[in-house]
Amino acid sequence: MNFDFSEDQKFLGNEARKFLESECPMTAVRLVLNDDDVSHNADVWKKVVEMGWLGTAIPEEHGGLGLGLLEVCVLAEEMGRVLAPVPWASTVYFFTEALKIAGSSEQQADVLPRIVSGDVVGCYAASEGPGNPTAANLKTTFDGSTLSGTKVPVTDGDVATHAVVLAKEGSGASLVLVDLTGEGVTRKTLQTLDPTRSHAEIVFDKAPATRLGNAGDGEMLNDQILDHAAVLLAFEQLGGASRALEMATDYAKERYAFGRPIGGNQAIKHKLAEMYVKNEVARSNCFYGAWAVSTGAAELPEAAAAARIAACEAFWFASKENIQTHGGMGFTWEVDCHLFYRRAKLLAVQAGAPKVWKEKLVRTLENKNAA
Amino acid sequence: MDFNDTKEEAEFRAEARAFLGKHLDPKGDKPLRQRVDGSEFMRRAKEWQKTKAENGYAQITWPKEIGGRGGTPMQQVIWNQEEGKFDAPTGPFTIGLGMCIPTVIAFGSDEHKKRYVGKALKGEEIWCQLFSEPSAGSDVAGLKTRAVKDGDEWVINGQKVWTSGAHYSDYGILLTRTDPSVPKHKGLTMFIVDMKQAGVEVRPIHQASGGREFNEVYFTDVRIKDSDRLGDVGQGWKVAIVTLMNERLAVGGSPGPDWAEIMAYAKEAGTMSDQAFREKLADWYVAAQGYKLTKFRTQTALSRGQTPGPENSIGKIITANHLQDICNSAIEMQDHYGILTDSDRMPADAIFQQSFMWAPGLRIAGGTDEILKNIIAERVLGLPQDVRVDKDLPFDQMKSG
Repeated sequence: MNFDFSEDQKFLGNEARKFLESECPMTAVRLVLNDDDVSHNADVWKKVVEMGWLGTAIPEEHGGLGLGLLEVCVLAEEMGRVLAPVPWASTVYFFTEALKIAGSSEQQADVLPRIVSGDVVGCYAASEGPGNPTAANLKTTFDGSTLSGTKVPVTDGDVATHAVVLAKEGSGASLVLVDLTGEGVTRKTLQTLDPTRSHAEIVFDKAPATRLGNAGDGEMLNDQILDHAAVLLAFEQLGGASRALEMATDYAKERYAFGRPIGGNQAIKHKLAEMYVKNEVARSNCFYGAWAVSTGAAELPEAAAAARIAACEAFWFASKENIQTHGGMGFTWEVDCHLFYRRAKLLAVQAGAPKVWKEKLVRTLENKNAA
Repeated sequence: MDFNDTKEEAEFRAEARAFLGKHLDPKGDKPLRQRVDGSEFMRRAKEWQKTKAENGYAQITWPKEIGGRGGTPMQQVIWNQEEGKFDAPTGPFTIGLGMCIPTVIAFGSDEHKKRYVGKALKGEEIWCQLFSEPSAGSDVAGLKTRAVKDGDEWVINGQKVWTSGAHYSDYGILLTRTDPSVPKHKGLTMFIVDMKQAGVEVRPIHQASGGREFNEVYFTDVRIKDSDRLGDVGQGWKVAIVTLMNERLAVGGSPGPDWAEIMAYAKEAGTMSDQAFREKLADWYVAAQGYKLTKFRTQTALSRGQTPGPENSIGKIITANHLQDICNSAIEMQDHYGILTDSDRMPADAIFQQSFMWAPGLRIAGGTDEILKNIIAERVLGLPQDVRVDKDLPFDQMKSG
């Protein structure tokens, strides 16, 4: 049995934690929070690029480190702990994975090295409004060379230089790659519940685009990419949930009421113990997702869904009960609790809300059972 | 990451499997316990325990000098996994070998070890653990069973409760109060007690589930030699902690129908299209996986020769509630009809109905949900202990009820 990260991977995680605690403190997150005109923390992003992390799971032939997705999982958890206000998840979990899964060798050779160097910042545009996008309800269209339609909301859509877009082509759906700095693209920054990770509406008007993968494979590829992204996002959520539990625990030890620390009361103790249980359930499911995504296992669909469902629940519970444990202080702008609450909700709906993944999971179990 | 054995682990697994295959049949539809009567089951259990002991499989991590194998915790895990695939008559020795005998080894005299360890290991004598009382459950240190010194003997009077296996046990470890004039943790003393002697009366408890698996044990003027004391007078709490530490290692295992069983049931009942049910099914899958995979993490630490982290403490909190929730939904799935317990009419031999009545007990046995959460909060998260108003109060001035 070898169901844990290796010593090298744990070392990477520890180093990343030290680096992020020093380079990306909450003050760095608040610079983005407090200024509507700032989409991300460019200083932190520059340092992340310099660390070479963007190339973690990019092959060496394309300028990456040639490590694997297990290492990305480790970094994702650390990014989650500090609520990193940078387009990391969009670029690494979605855009890079999309290129690796669906891109031609020419597309990969063209774009992957520029991700590593920081010249390309990616995003993933699927959503067009309320509901989960499917081939049947997509309105954005691709005619073989240009893209037209509106994508909203797109995480990091105003920061990114390039997007992978899910679009209708003929009667099916295809994935396409678009240069967002080219013609036919208009972007508008949107107000969201989580201002520390920016969102845009992107309008395409005959924007030049190239297909990723085969025509009509869009929905299938989208599912594959989301399975990858779900596992990586789950680690980011796990990092946030772990940090929220630590914050609540620390506060419960130092905050006195009725002559003693509030953490001596069972109402608080049991709440925090429940947080711990949910976090460990999430961690174990995340590990399984990490195993499945890094080995290309046939179990990936159910493993990714379970990791995502468990991580959404853990971060939601930890972030809301962290505020509750902090009492009135927890409801102030100055105390960081609300930043975790905001991020927890963003990560729970980006890539499809838990209900979407629960349905995916049950369908997978049914199909397995029928086979 | 992988789920494979190391080379050494694979070798041990093959060896264990070969040994098991030589002596036992693979697991069938119904466990042995349900196919034969109680005395026949006990006869076979003792026989199997003897075979294991003679071949070094009875207690794998114990040193060879006392009849163990001198093996690793990982080997014990592998043995348990493999034995679980066979129709093995196990159970009656778990408490004795998992909790009582380790306490005897830690605190007993050389004579005790010579007299008791080997016989317990070979299944010749069975042990039970006598801690809980009617007014001392979660707060075990509040127990009232009295031991009064009389020459070189102690005289025991009182009542124990929820004693598994007391009706077939030969010996027990008994926690008593020897000094009521000091605070509760300080006046306790542990003994070895002969369960077959006069004055020990075992009565089965009629459980809420209808079964009678546990017992009350009454002690009336029972005499125990001072030489059968474990640890010093007044040190019983320290001794009991050692026993209970071992309990946490002994308890575990998934206790009943899970997501796959209720999914099969829902297909049969035609309720798989119910969206609310589908969402719950996903949650049950995630919880069951969470429990199973957390055990894999613990095994990984053992396999690497490391001390497992505290994550395993989440086990029973998850499984007990999980079972109750699944059974509740399975019953409601069939509306009024779900109330029937007739195993001929109900799917899966009415396992959901049976487990529905068993689940409340599971949430209490071996540490209630609330106590387990306290343990996580205090030992894992480092939060302060509860207020203990009785902590420094002499036991005989304490309120109880």
